[in-house]
Amino acid sequence: MDQIEQANSEPSGGLGIGAYIARHIREYGLLFALIAIMLFFQIVTGGTLLKPVNITNLFLQNSYIIIMALGMLLVIVGGNIDLSVGSVMGFIGAFAAVLIVSMDLPVAVAIPACLVMGMAIGAVQGYFVAYWKIPSFIVTLAGMLVFRGLSLWLLEGQSIGPFPKSFQALSTGFIADPFGVGRPNMLALAVGVAAVVLLVWLGLRARSRDARYGIEGEPLGLFVLRNAIVAAALLFVTWKLAWFRGLPNVLLSMVILTIIYVFVTERTTLGRRVYAVGGNSKAAKLSGIRTERLTFLTFVNMGLLAALAGLVFAARLNTATPKAGFAVELDVIAAVFIGGASMSGGSGKIIGAVVGAFIMGVMNNGMSILGIGIDYQQVIKGLVLLAAVFFDVYNKNKEA
Amino acid sequence: MTTLLEMRNITKTFPGVKALDDVSIAVRDGEIHAICGENGAGKSTLMKVLSGVYPAGSYEGEIVYDGAAAEFRDIRDSEDRGIIIIHQELALVPLLSIAENIYLGNERAQSGVINWQETFQQTEGLLKKVGLREAPGTLVDSLGVGKQQLVEIAKALSKNVRLLILDEPTAALSESDSQALLDLLLELKAQGVTSIIISHKLNEVKRVADSVTVIRDGATISTIDARGGDLTEDRIVRDMVGRDMAHRFPDRTRRAGEVLFELKNWNVRHPEHRDRQMIRDLSMHVRAGEVVGIAGLMGSGRTELAMSVFGRSYGRDISGEVLIHGKPADVSTVDRAIAAGLAYVTEDRKSLGLILEETIQRNTSLANLGAVAKNGVVEDFRETEVAEKYRRDLNIRTPSVFQKVMNLSGGNQQKVVLAKWLFTEPEVLILDEPTRGIDVGAKYEIYGIINELSAAGKAVIMISSEMPELLGMSDRIYVMNEGSFVGELNADEASQERIMSLIVRE
Repeated sequence: MDQIEQANSEPSGGLGIGAYIARHIREYGLLFALIAIMLFFQIVTGGTLLKPVNITNLFLQNSYIIIMALGMLLVIVGGNIDLSVGSVMGFIGAFAAVLIVSMDLPVAVAIPACLVMGMAIGAVQGYFVAYWKIPSFIVTLAGMLVFRGLSLWLLEGQSIGPFPKSFQALSTGFIADPFGVGRPNMLALAVGVAAVVLLVWLGLRARSRDARYGIEGEPLGLFVLRNAIVAAALLFVTWKLAWFRGLPNVLLSMVILTIIYVFVTERTTLGRRVYAVGGNSKAAKLSGIRTERLTFLTFVNMGLLAALAGLVFAARLNTATPKAGFAVELDVIAAVFIGGASMSGGSGKIIGAVVGAFIMGVMNNGMSILGIGIDYQQVIKGLVLLAAVFFDVYNKNKEA
Repeated sequence: MTTLLEMRNITKTFPGVKALDDVSIAVRDGEIHAICGENGAGKSTLMKVLSGVYPAGSYEGEIVYDGAAAEFRDIRDSEDRGIIIIHQELALVPLLSIAENIYLGNERAQSGVINWQETFQQTEGLLKKVGLREAPGTLVDSLGVGKQQLVEIAKALSKNVRLLILDEPTAALSESDSQALLDLLLELKAQGVTSIIISHKLNEVKRVADSVTVIRDGATISTIDARGGDLTEDRIVRDMVGRDMAHRFPDRTRRAGEVLFELKNWNVRHPEHRDRQMIRDLSMHVRAGEVVGIAGLMGSGRTELAMSVFGRSYGRDISGEVLIHGKPADVSTVDRAIAAGLAYVTEDRKSLGLILEETIQRNTSLANLGAVAKNGVVEDFRETEVAEKYRRDLNIRTPSVFQKVMNLSGGNQQKVVLAKWLFTEPEVLILDEPTRGIDVGAKYEIYGIINELSAAGKAVIMISSEMPELLGMSDRIYVMNEGSFVGELNADEASQERIMSLIVRE
């Protein structure tokens, strides 16, 4: 506690909470926007949004977007874009169906094969972008057409399914409750509490370290408030999940992936260098960074995650259809930009992209519950994207 | 002579900063008026007030132009009155022709249809006036910086300029291009065009200016009449920095050791045009503790030499040998060159040296991130310590190392670039125009850093277009022309005249 007091009084002495929020308006704005949107739909749907079954659905429905947003953030931070992810996702779903359903290969063989295929696709596209300096927009636009066509060809225009149970578990499975209580699911509650403790502990540790190195930190009041909100949300969600069927498998993989990518982007030399390449690739190159290889790797990574998303999606629908992944790249890219990434590269955060994806997801889900037509849904989503980016640019101009 | 422009008691405040505090300046009709001041002194702000970038009402004070009070609402407003600014970063569209650029936004057209014949004819006239022998249809892209500068001036003339403002016009020009530009200014003056020139190069100011106004910290310090004869470089420097600078270059003790860096029979071809040999059979050496200058005009191949050595960042078909401590060194990629002990401070810090959107700390560690990481994980407290160390050592003026580099002044940005390279602990430093576009005070500090490096036994290679700097800092100077060295001079025998004559004699 002693250290926290110091953290508050020392570096942020002259800075009030209001001023601090104003300076970090982007991060807080995003969090508050998500909360506001959720509250809004909770009210107008008459409480349906936050029912246990719907919260579970929210995760299942949006998992593939979030998974791809992780990779897309790195691609965009590196100064590129990938338009092919929707098609690749559909193609991998089709590929999996052919391997598992038509060729009867074991799931344990088919899944790695699909992931490797995704990486190979990313590698080919990345090769042209990184080593031949062909704009990523063009390379991946070509990829979008190619893989859309290839999945039609693989499926011969038909849907292929159903998948075996073991494959479906990728998406619709739930983690067994070792405590064996059933409802409420004790594992879910335990995970919720553990996550809160971990988050607070990490936050406190970071604060005390910031204080030691004189880094100006968040005012204490705000730190407490923000953590209280996040903790309440976490406990609320796990509590609700506990009253349905517990923790979905896909939620677990999403959380683990998010943690890995936060770590890679914020703590490792690899992540740091991707930001440097996006920020100024010439300067990065002249600082001894192998810019081409990094760009290449962001595409390989994107291919891997698109493949994973394709598997998750196919598993949820329990069938591979030629339409799978159609226009999904737009949702993924929108999520990343709503999350605050810059079109010119060099800035953006994983957490931002994930929250951006949730904002899109909650809006999709809420509007569907309300029975709003797909036409209005598109219009509203488009306007939200524009508003988010406008908010960014507006703040930047005010700063300058 | 009458007064063409008077800016009286101009005060301009930005949130939290007073950029201009009661600045007054008077420019006589038909003179060349120089404005000198350190970076951040307020020169550019003053010119933005004058040209209407900051519209009337956003500042206090008054502008009297051509005998009447003027309140410009925007650039167009001031241009209509014949006030034209040419910015340091040229505002030409590279893939348009000279003629199209000159009449951009001011097209010779009837009801929206461009009259090309008139455009080209008038362009020819303008080009003749500024002494640029190029066809009006030539793409700006294919012109050098010096010629592009002339196109800008022709563009100004096309708008019936009365008051021409040039912001650091020769910063990117070679010696001969600079001279030509200054001659042009004198010629325009003879034709009745009044000019304001903002410049760091005091010898140029001395050469062309009729009067000089010195600005420091947003306030007018002095106005010196050059025709009275009391204009000296020392006087300007004193007013600019607010202290007497007896020596523009810090003293250094020369102590050259054994040969540290050696280049043998270096050949480089142009990356696109293979038939053009950019560096021809060049050999050089630098001793430990020695500062070696490379003099030469723009386009003589100095930057190409440095970049081709530094990880083959320039050119193709590179052949030759690099020796460090007498042993062959692998410099085939940038990371290998760094590992071999080389560092290269680029000529263009903004586009090649820094990531402007990132913090000082992250720029400092960029080239040697592995040194503050364990198993690929960056230990940011160690990174902060490193950045803090260089902030103190190099006297980088900033509230904290978490400040974005884009918010720093040119001199401090250059120190961050130096910090980045010092952190790689190089043996050989190649500095390409290390003080370009930075103010006198920061220059002096950077010279001090260079001296400390050589005292610590490093080999320093300094490429510079500023002759006084080369002469003041180097122990030995190679003179370069068209891709090879045409002479080598020791400090005691070098002079501007000898260097120029070596270049010209070729």
